[in-house]
Amino acid sequence: MAKTFDLNDDSVVVVIGTGAGGGTLANELAQKGVNVVSLEAGAWHEPQDFIQDEWASFGQLAWLDPRTTSGDWRVSRDFAGLPAWIVKSVGGSAVHWAGASLRFQEHEWKAKTTYGDVTGASLLDWPIDADEMDPWYTKAEDKLHVTRTGGRPGLPGNNNFKVFEAGAKKLGYKDVHTGRMAIKSSDSADGVPCQQMGFCFQGCKVAAKWSPSYDEIPQAIETGNLELRTEAHVLRIEHDDSGKVTGVVYADAEGNEQRQAARVVCVAGNSIESPRILLNSASSMFPDGLANSSGQVGRNYMRHMTASVYAIFDQPVRMWRGTTMAGIITDEARHDPSRGFVGGYEMETLSIGLPFMAAFLDPGGWGREFTTALDGYENMAGMWLVGEDMPQETNRVTLNHDVKDQHGMPVANVHFDDHPNDIAMRNHAWQQGSAIYDAMGATRTLPTPPYPSTHNLGTNRMSENARDGVVNKWGQTHDIDNLFVSDGSVFTTGAAENPTLTIVALAIRQADHIAGEMSRGNL
Amino acid sequence: MKDTTSQRGLTRRELLSRSMAAGASFVVGAGYVASTDAAWAMETTALKPETMATLIQMARDIYPHDHVADEYYAIAVKGYDSAEAAPGVEAGIAALNAAAQGKGHADYLSVGWERDRVDILRGMEDSAFFQQIRGGLVTGLYNQKAVWPLFGYEGESFSKGGYLENGFDDITWI
Repeated sequence: MAKTFDLNDDSVVVVIGTGAGGGTLANELAQKGVNVVSLEAGAWHEPQDFIQDEWASFGQLAWLDPRTTSGDWRVSRDFAGLPAWIVKSVGGSAVHWAGASLRFQEHEWKAKTTYGDVTGASLLDWPIDADEMDPWYTKAEDKLHVTRTGGRPGLPGNNNFKVFEAGAKKLGYKDVHTGRMAIKSSDSADGVPCQQMGFCFQGCKVAAKWSPSYDEIPQAIETGNLELRTEAHVLRIEHDDSGKVTGVVYADAEGNEQRQAARVVCVAGNSIESPRILLNSASSMFPDGLANSSGQVGRNYMRHMTASVYAIFDQPVRMWRGTTMAGIITDEARHDPSRGFVGGYEMETLSIGLPFMAAFLDPGGWGREFTTALDGYENMAGMWLVGEDMPQETNRVTLNHDVKDQHGMPVANVHFDDHPNDIAMRNHAWQQGSAIYDAMGATRTLPTPPYPSTHNLGTNRMSENARDGVVNKWGQTHDIDNLFVSDGSVFTTGAAENPTLTIVALAIRQADHIAGEMSRGNL
Repeated sequence: MKDTTSQRGLTRRELLSRSMAAGASFVVGAGYVASTDAAWAMETTALKPETMATLIQMARDIYPHDHVADEYYAIAVKGYDSAEAAPGVEAGIAALNAAAQGKGHADYLSVGWERDRVDILRGMEDSAFFQQIRGGLVTGLYNQKAVWPLFGYEGESFSKGGYLENGFDDITWI
């Protein structure tokens, strides 16, 4: 029988969100004997319930509550109400992630020092570095069964990878392989290895890909130290006269308001919802929202420089067969300003099905230029380009008081303008991605614009000094000792790599810190 | 399609004798639209049959795939044949026909070449009506499971155990 806690039990740690950050943190705390209440806005979907049908799955998993957008990014024009493609479900966006698990490069922890002053960018060095993170990365790689780490074999390459790899080699790229993936690659690991089903974005039906939904949360419940409350949508965090947080108010599955008392609150709702909750918790003591004395809550929103290249060949590829993200080229991930931009980008194979290709290849496009591209779907190969974007103070999540969600809470507005560095990097990435396929005899290449954001970062950033950011090197808010942030919103800068491994490593490290501080009586 | 000619007991000859040809591809009768080869037919209740025929042609002109039969375009826009949607669609198609007449044609369906129809559509590309029809087709057309094989797309793979033993790495031309 799973443990339950009283709403008035103020000895518990309340973790908001069960994704890569919150789900990992909750399990790590529970394993250490800490009592945890996990509040998850979404429902719990078992692997057998995942749907290998893009739109049906989107309806099952995606965060579809209203949001608004502004800024010059194309997503705001093409998908005005859908700034981000992220998940509302136990496991969060680590249900639909592709599984790429890359460590930051050493210099990326020191973006300000390495890149210098970049006009318009609010760059900052992280208050932690590669040496500090090394052991936590190792723990994260072991937890996630990351291929090509810890002696684990790589996954086999699918058709999409074979085109990508051969083209990369023709171009002279050196570091190309089937990736470091949080996907079980051999029978020796517990559970079923990858069956090359495709549909990684729709939730892995054999649970070969790590997700808190079937890995962390069930383990945490088994300890008897964690209660999971699903369809518990957090509205605000409350505090006492001393400025410490005391509890979390949420709407339950029936829409009734509940209040869970708390000793410590950890916010892990992803980089749009986490600042939204802090901003919506404004009080007479904290009129600009919780933990916002710096004015940085919601600012420096990053989404990675992203783009795709699809290419059509004169023979079939059938890129949808097998792992969605089946390989990587890391040669362009270096920092090399001679290319016309700071930072770097990763090239990773990607496949989407025909229904999503129609929606995302050229949103708004029509006529024969568009449809003849789709006619080539069976002969298509594809890659995603993901690199470091510049933090900008004016790229931010704010409360839109003109639009309310189903609980009467102001929705998040996501404002984003591309930085010139992002644009220069995207153009370079499109050119290099196209060159890979041209080298393989592509008859047509399709430089494809960014999708709604999957990597949402930076809106509660980590900083050495309280004036520069929202949280310290432990993810503890500078302003409130017993309030933590535990997701990608703490990213000081975005780095080129897919963020999940770093989010998990930070959460493992934070759990160690919180449990220690609790036992030392400091929390 | 649900409303096939055979289900409705209409032979091709009967169908043609009771209807008028609209454009090259469609036959419009009282309360229905059919393909000229009588491979399919669709009853309309809220929309005028001529309006539905024009809408199907408009759908094809927006997302033309020569290997995808009209039937699938008809399915994609069938949802507009409702009391709620019909007034807007009738008005939109009337505007489309007016635009065609402005270019010297009798109506949209009588424009012979796709490029001339596309010219007319380009002129109304920013209208709410055009964007409603185009946006609806993205899922209405491409999310039909019956359409997927026409593009080679195989859909779900769980039922066959994934592609591990089913060609995930069977490319031969690398």
